Amino acid sequence: MTDLANDQSFVKFDRVQKSYDGENLVVKDLNLAMPKGEFLTMLGPSGSGKTTCLMMLAGFETATHGEILLDGKPINNIPPHKRGIGMVFQNYALFPHMTVAENLAFPLEVRKLDKSVREEKVKRALDMVQMGAFGGRRPAQLSGGQQQRIALARALVFEPELVLMDEPLGALDKQLREHMQFEITRLAHDLGITTVYVTHDQTEALTMSDRVAVFEDGRIQQLAPPDTLYEEPENSFVAQFIGENNTLEGVVTEMKGDGLCEVKLDGGEIIYAKPVNVTKAGDRTRVSIRPERVEMNKERLQEGAHTLKAEVLEFIYMGDIFRTRLRVAGNEEFVVKTRNAPDQPRLTPGTQLEIGWLPEDCRALDA
Amino acid sequence: MSDTTSSGPMLAADGTPLKTSLARALRRQKIRALALIAPLLLFVMITFIIPIATMLFRSVENQIVSATLPEATAALQAWDQTSGEAPSEDVFQALFFDLFKAAEAKEHTKLGTRLNYEQTGTSSLFRTSGRNLDDVGEEWQDPIEDIAPALEDGETWYAMMSGTGSNDLLEARRALWNDMVPDTFNGDVGLTLSDEIAGMLPLTAAAYSDWAIFEALEEERDISTRDPWEAVYAALGLDLRNPETVAAVNAYSGPHAEDLQLVTANLDQMPDLMFRDAFADLDEDWLDPEVWQTIKIYSPDYTSGYFLNAIDMEKGPDGAQMRPENQQIYITLFIRTLWMSLVITGSCILLGYPVAWLLANLPLRTANVLMILVLLPFWTSLLVRTSAWKVLLQQQGVINEILVWLGFVDDANRLILMNNATGTVIAMTHILLPFMILPLYSVMKTIPPSYLRAAKSLGATNWTAFWRVYFPQSVPGIGAGSILVFILSIGYYITPEIVGGTDGVFISNRIAYHISSSLNWGLAAALGTILLAVVLVLYWLYDRIVGIDNVKLGG
Ligand SMILES: Nc1ncnc2c1ncn2[C@@H]1O[C@H](COP(=O)(O)OP(=O)(O)OP(=O)(O)O)[C@@H](O)[C@H]1O
Ligand SMILES: [Mg+2]
Repeated sequence: MTDLANDQSFVKFDRVQKSYDGENLVVKDLNLAMPKGEFLTMLGPSGSGKTTCLMMLAGFETATHGEILLDGKPINNIPPHKRGIGMVFQNYALFPHMTVAENLAFPLEVRKLDKSVREEKVKRALDMVQMGAFGGRRPAQLSGGQQQRIALARALVFEPELVLMDEPLGALDKQLREHMQFEITRLAHDLGITTVYVTHDQTEALTMSDRVAVFEDGRIQQLAPPDTLYEEPENSFVAQFIGENNTLEGVVTEMKGDGLCEVKLDGGEIIYAKPVNVTKAGDRTRVSIRPERVEMNKERLQEGAHTLKAEVLEFIYMGDIFRTRLRVAGNEEFVVKTRNAPDQPRLTPGTQLEIGWLPEDCRALDA
Repeated sequence: MSDTTSSGPMLAADGTPLKTSLARALRRQKIRALALIAPLLLFVMITFIIPIATMLFRSVENQIVSATLPEATAALQAWDQTSGEAPSEDVFQALFFDLFKAAEAKEHTKLGTRLNYEQTGTSSLFRTSGRNLDDVGEEWQDPIEDIAPALEDGETWYAMMSGTGSNDLLEARRALWNDMVPDTFNGDVGLTLSDEIAGMLPLTAAAYSDWAIFEALEEERDISTRDPWEAVYAALGLDLRNPETVAAVNAYSGPHAEDLQLVTANLDQMPDLMFRDAFADLDEDWLDPEVWQTIKIYSPDYTSGYFLNAIDMEKGPDGAQMRPENQQIYITLFIRTLWMSLVITGSCILLGYPVAWLLANLPLRTANVLMILVLLPFWTSLLVRTSAWKVLLQQQGVINEILVWLGFVDDANRLILMNNATGTVIAMTHILLPFMILPLYSVMKTIPPSYLRAAKSLGATNWTAFWRVYFPQSVPGIGAGSILVFILSIGYYITPEIVGGTDGVFISNRIAYHISSSLNWGLAAALGTILLAVVLVLYWLYDRIVGIDNVKLGG
């Protein structure tokens, strides 16, 4: 999926740049190709240019440079209402002076569909989001989750091939959010819609998407399926941004032939790691290791693992897991997560122990 | 905690019913809130409510007729106004004494002015008659002084009228004076009427009291030495027309009885003048039944006359009727005021809407500059702005010159843009425009741009998105602006006055005319009251149709 030939892609950003003020580039060099039916999430910190990209695709902002193609055709000069792209806004943008049914009928009305067809489609769309009984209400009389569903139904009712969603779940509580995440992915897959979804919640991105584009500073840092993104981050921003992550800083001392490299940490310890974006001895690096890949029980350490000394600073009981904060090689924010199992000891602060991990789980990234 | 399923009322923690303690808590809040707004409330009361109440009162108040002519209006009640004839002698007799008093106090011209609103010519009738009443009194004074020279003297009169008694008559006369000129005649008159003489010569005693009160308290002179009015001699003459009185006088032995008896002995020298003829001599209009009709119709203390006037009606002998066609002005004026206010409101919407939209959607810096341009008129004197329109609109003015220069308008047929309705509409639209733009702007500011974007993403063209999505949400702003502009323009005065000519003036100009030029405050108050009522009714209608909740002055 990651390597797409140009002709197959449904949505394509080709070296797109965007500046609002003529001084700063908000989107720096965006290249992105999406096949039909894909659910792609744009994930990134606030101000990284996600909404801007979405707005360029929807036609509300124009690219300063570069081209956006939809189904092979450049759309830079097509006005928004002719692009046929469904859109769910962050604040839902349900028209307050119309009822729910009127809101849904709006896109059908402007397409001059017959009244009977309109009613049929509105009803189907409402049923699709399980809101069949609410057609006569005003948006203000709905709860946040219900409004969200209506916004979704409205974006889908005219059967667009591409739907854009800008943080549609931002205003919902955790439970409703998780429920809606499921509903949205289900609908998108059932209807075979190509979806661009914007969020800055990484869990949401990981659970919903076929692929995630991690944005930072107007650039895509990594574009990959969720598992690849989590397990094989390509740089330390992605590693840091996606999931919890421990970093140890040091200098590469030797590139080994077997796909590993030797890193001398700033505290003097020597460890081995998978080189990702270090190329030669002498490069500064940040070694990344996920908390759940660290083993604190010496007996269970696998063959080839290496160990480091550590001191327990804090032990947090979180129900299903234990979260232990350690001092490792001078890093006081080193976190280890362990399952709450009967044989798992509850460590008291001050305990000295040895921890270890497999060199393959350890990635030497850019400094 | 109390059990909601139990039958008794919910109790608060201290055992009082929950409703009671809630009410108590709310009351305390209310009192505190009231105390906070008390100064404002007081200010509004004094500067707004009370003036409006006095205005309402003035529009029906009509005490001047009965206060100035108390006895004449009382006597007039027996007169049949459909008889087609002037009333009888007793009414004229009462009129003589009433009018004599009024003329001395110079109140008769005010009454004339008042009645002139209803019947033209009344003003001069009262003025000339009031001036000549002395002559009528002298018809008696001269023979009486010839017969009894002592009665020439004020001292004689004072001694004759003084005595012991309850002074009830004097107090009653004082009350009548105070009705005519409120709060003027308080204090010691220095006269105790003799009960005996008051019983014997009632008219004389009344007339002498009237004179004494006026002389002592208004002119502040010594009544014991001053000569009384001619009217007092006339009263004596009238008293002595009664044979019983003559007999009583002849039997009288009080001070100066001899002088009175001198007069009774020479009754043949007294005139047999009738007041009806005397007034007819002064001005034959007094025999015109219409004059008396007007006086009778307006003799009650409260009247609907001003209101009838204000809607082009008048009181006839058989109830209210329309005025003659050529005297009808107010209904036309009211309709014109409403219609032109509507036109002005409409043009304010048309001109203000795009500006407000620009203000709400331009980048902040540009919007600020534009806002200053919008507010600029507020910083210029209204008079200056209106006068500027005069310069622009007149036939030799800037607009016409440019149009002629561009060849759009023939030099001979320059547009008449001023001193008519067009001028008023143009100038007032300009002046009231900010009142439309500001509420519109503040409502538009709260409409998130995402609505328009959503509409467009759903396939709506720019126009459809605007008309179906943006416009309906800006309607509350239009409502607020329209109410403001409409109500302001309905009561506008300066601009129509300056550029309105005769076709472009509003009802307020007429009100101002009655307040400052014709001094018919009652009519002005009635017109103002009707205007207020019209505004309230329109407001109520607006609330019924649009709903006042739908009016937004801001976010
Ligand atoms: N209309 C605009 N004019 C000028 N600058 C803008 C405009 N809209 C966005 N920006 C700037 O562009 C940058 C990217 O904004 P964008 O809205 O795309 O961020 P985002 O990734 O959507 O952030 P968030 O997660 O907070 O929504 C920001 O620095 C923002 O300040
Ligand atoms: Mg955004």
